[in-house]
Amino acid sequence: MENWKRSAKAFFAAFTPPTFWLVAFFIIPLSLIWLYSFSTKTGVTDITLDWNLQQYARALEPLYLGIFWKSIVMAAATTAICLVVAFPVAIAIVFSKPTMRMWLLLLVILPFWTNLLIRTYALIAVLRTNGFINNGLEWIVVNADWLLSFVGLGDNRIVGPFEPLALLYNNTAVVFGLVYVSLPFMVLPLYAALDRLDRSYLEASLDLGAGHIRTFFSIVVPLALPGIASGIVITFIPAMGSYLTPDLLGGTDSQMIANVIASQFKQANNWPFGAALSFLLMYATFFALAIRAVLMRKEGRGDVR
Amino acid sequence: MSEAAKNPSAGEPIIRIENVSKIFGGTVKAVDNVNLEVARGEFFALLGPSGCGKTTLLRMLAGFEVPTHGRVIIDGQDMSKVAPNKRPINMVFQSYAVFPHMSVEQNVAYGLKMDRRPAKEIRERVAEALDLVKLGSLGKRMPDEMSGGQRQRVALARALVKRPSVLLLDEPLSALDAKLREAMQLELVRLQKTVGITFVIVTHDQSEALSMANRIAVMNAGTVQQVAPPATLYEAPANRFVADFIGKINMIEGDAVAAGEGEVKVTAPAIGEVTLAGNATGKVALAVRPEKIFVDEKEPTDPKLIKVKGKVGEVAYFGSYSNVFFDIGTGAPLQADISNVSSDIEEFTFKAGEEYWVYWRKADTLVLGD
Repeated sequence: MENWKRSAKAFFAAFTPPTFWLVAFFIIPLSLIWLYSFSTKTGVTDITLDWNLQQYARALEPLYLGIFWKSIVMAAATTAICLVVAFPVAIAIVFSKPTMRMWLLLLVILPFWTNLLIRTYALIAVLRTNGFINNGLEWIVVNADWLLSFVGLGDNRIVGPFEPLALLYNNTAVVFGLVYVSLPFMVLPLYAALDRLDRSYLEASLDLGAGHIRTFFSIVVPLALPGIASGIVITFIPAMGSYLTPDLLGGTDSQMIANVIASQFKQANNWPFGAALSFLLMYATFFALAIRAVLMRKEGRGDVR
Repeated sequence: MSEAAKNPSAGEPIIRIENVSKIFGGTVKAVDNVNLEVARGEFFALLGPSGCGKTTLLRMLAGFEVPTHGRVIIDGQDMSKVAPNKRPINMVFQSYAVFPHMSVEQNVAYGLKMDRRPAKEIRERVAEALDLVKLGSLGKRMPDEMSGGQRQRVALARALVKRPSVLLLDEPLSALDAKLREAMQLELVRLQKTVGITFVIVTHDQSEALSMANRIAVMNAGTVQQVAPPATLYEAPANRFVADFIGKINMIEGDAVAAGEGEVKVTAPAIGEVTLAGNATGKVALAVRPEKIFVDEKEPTDPKLIKVKGKVGEVAYFGSYSNVFFDIGTGAPLQADISNVSSDIEEFTFKAGEEYWVYWRKADTLVLGD
C-alpha cells in the first residue's frame, strides 16, 4: 500500500484524472467567475476586465445587504428548527434495536432518492389553497359544523365558515421547505456523533443522580458537539445558498441571495454583478466554516475518542 | 465518615436479592433465580467466567436493568423498579466513564451538583474525596491528561463523594497493568476500611476476588454456585465447578455410595475403595489440591492416607516449588506442587519416567458432585 510513494508512475496514474477533473471543471470556471467580478459590462455580450471594484461596491448597497441578511436569517431559522427536530430523531435511531436502526436510517435518507424539484412540487400540493392541509382542515370544520347542527348550534355559529390558510408563497413556506430538504443533513451527523458516544457516560450521569434531561444537557450535548457543529454547518451553508425552494415556495418578498444571483446571470444579463454577489456568498460560507474550526479547536477536549 | 456505618440497624443486610431472574429477548436467561444477601460494611465479590451473569446482576443493583422476576432490596427498600438516579448506590464503571469534557474537580462535583448541595459543601467534599484517593493536587487536570490508574481514582472519588450505602465496582482493575493492579487491590481494601461503605465488586479474576473480598459469590451460567469466604471457597468448594474455577485441583472420577452419617464409600481407578467424609453419591470426583500432595520413594503406611503409584511426566520448575505431573494410569495426570525445601538440587530434581509413591491425607480429599 505504501508503494505508491516510491512508484512515480502509479502515483501519476492515480492522481492525474481527479486533478484534471478538479482543474478543468472547478478551478478554471471558478477563476473565470472571479475575473468577471472585477469586470465591467460594456455591451449586450461584451465584458471588459478592468479590475474595478464597482460590482462589489454595488453588492454592498443596502438593498443587496438586506437580501444577504434575509438569507442568513432564513438559513439560521432553518438550521435552528432542523437541530430541534433532528435531535430527538437521532436519539431515537441510536437507541432503537439494531435491526430497526437500518430501516429508520433508510427512512431519513429516502427523500434523497427523489428529485428536489419533484419533492418541492409535492410540498406545493400539500400547502396550496386547495392543498391537502387546507382540504383536510375544511373537512374537519364542515363536519364539526354538521355535528353541531344536531344541538342547534350549526350554520357556522360556533366554528365559523372555513377560510383557507395562506400556507404557500411566503417566508414561512420557504423555511418549511428548507427544513424539509435539510433535515437529513442534520440527522445524519447527529446520529454519527451519538452513535460514537460511549453509553457508560450516560449511565454514569444517571448513576450520579442526574435525570434524563440534565444528562442530555450536561453530558450528551457537550460530547456530541462535534456532530452538532457539523450538522449546523452542512445545513446552514446549502440553506443559505438555496435557489429552488425560495423560487417555488416563496412569495414576492421571499427572494434569497441565490435568486438574485440567478436573475443577474439570466434576466438582467449582468454577469459581472452576479459574479460579485456569488463571491460574497462564498466568503460568507468560508466565514461560517472558519467559525466552526475555531469552535472545534476550543472544544477539542470534548471530542469523543 | 459514611452514613451507612452510622446507621444503627447494622444487623439487617444492606442488599437482599430475592429470586431474581433476568431474561433478555424472551429467551436468554442471563440471571437465573438468584438469592443473595450482602451484609453492611462487607467487601463482597461476584466472581465467574465471562457471560455468567455477574455483570447483569450488578447492573440490576445499579438500576440499569430491571429484574424480569424477583426483588432487589437495598437498605430495607424494594428498589427493583427504581431509576438509577434515585438509588443510594454509586458505581465505578469498567471504562471508568470519567466525563472527558470536565476537569477532575468538575467530575467529582457532578453528583453533588445534581443533589443541589451548597457550593461550599461541594468544594469541601470534593477536596476530601480527592485526598482520599490521593489525587489532591490534580483537581484542575482534564481526564485526557491523566493515566488509566489516575482516571480510575477519579471514578472512585466521584462515586465515593456521594457517600452511597453501597459502592459497585465493575471489573475495576481489568484495564490496569499487572503491577498497578496489585497496588490497586491493596488500595481498594484500604479505601473500603477507611470509608466503611459496602463494596460489591464484579470480577472474572479469582486472585482479585480472593485477595480483596470478605465473601465471594461464585456464579456460572446465571446461577450462584456457592457463597463463602475466600478460604472456604478454596478448601471446601461446593461442587466441581467451584473447585475447578478457583485455583488448581486434581479430580479423579469415581462412584460413591452412602456409608453412614456424613460418609461415603468411593470406588475409583488407581485408588480402589476408600471411605471419606462427604455427602455426594453416584458419579463423583475425588478432588485434591496439588500443594496437598506428597511424594516419596518408599510406600507410606499411614491408613489416614490415600496413595497411588505415579510415573513422573512433565515437570515445571517455579523456584520455591515444582509443578510435577504424575501418570497414575487413569488417563488424567495427577499434578503435585512439591515444595523445594532443600537447597540440594539433585535431591529435588524429578526425572521423567521415575516412579514414586504419590500420597495425600484423606482429610484433604473432597468428594464433589455436580
